[in-house]
Amino acid sequence: MHAGRRLVLKGGIALAALASLPRVLLAAAWPEKAFSSTAAGQAMIDLLGTDQTTASDQIRLKVPEIAENGAVVPVTISTSLENVESISIVVENNPRPLAATFEISPETLPDISSRIKMGETSDVMAVVKTDAGIFSTSKQVKVTIGGCGG
Amino acid sequence: MASKIKVKAKLSGDIAEIKTLMLHPMETGARKDPDTGALVPMHHITQLTLTKNGEPIVVANLSTAVAKNPYFSCKVRGAKAGDMLKISWVDNLGATDELETVLG
Repeated sequence: MHAGRRLVLKGGIALAALASLPRVLLAAAWPEKAFSSTAAGQAMIDLLGTDQTTASDQIRLKVPEIAENGAVVPVTISTSLENVESISIVVENNPRPLAATFEISPETLPDISSRIKMGETSDVMAVVKTDAGIFSTSKQVKVTIGGCGG
Repeated sequence: MASKIKVKAKLSGDIAEIKTLMLHPMETGARKDPDTGALVPMHHITQLTLTKNGEPIVVANLSTAVAKNPYFSCKVRGAKAGDMLKISWVDNLGATDELETVLG
């Protein structure tokens, strides 16, 4: 057996060992900068370090096509992507686009639901961070009555 | 004070589906009081934490864009009857609430 191949094998085993270490979920500080950002791209840079995401059809974003009341818009995000670290909801046209970010432990399934507010019709983006990168999918929600105090 | 968190946890196989509802105004800071016309100060949950037997399973950071009386649901693998679930939150004014429930 070639030494080079041996090395690759060893490297692979080491990597596998590293990956199998349980990732510990730590309550980090509330990401104030990302939440106070007024542009979706900047909010994502502040939160995830980049606004570049890979569009993925493995993320299922369930939102209503038309929300009669922007104050309560149900959102469900699930994905078949593996090793999900966090799921975030970004509403592009909200005054502060980052609505929420959910960090999950390895034993939590990437399948969450919540309810958000939307000021006006907007694309809603589900951003999923895995150990392989940052993936997203978007859907437009038409809002007939805004939910941002107007 | 009694907890104002409601939780429903359902075990099917080794997967627990946890649904929770928190009582909180989630004020954006942009809404005007209809009587006085003054802005209602921002008041919202910042961090929501779910733990199972003391281990965090979800840490959620929320903004004012989460609807009033926030709803959240998730699913956790490796759950069994007798597991202790704890749901707790803290808001931007430092108020907290928590609820513990036993799965099963």
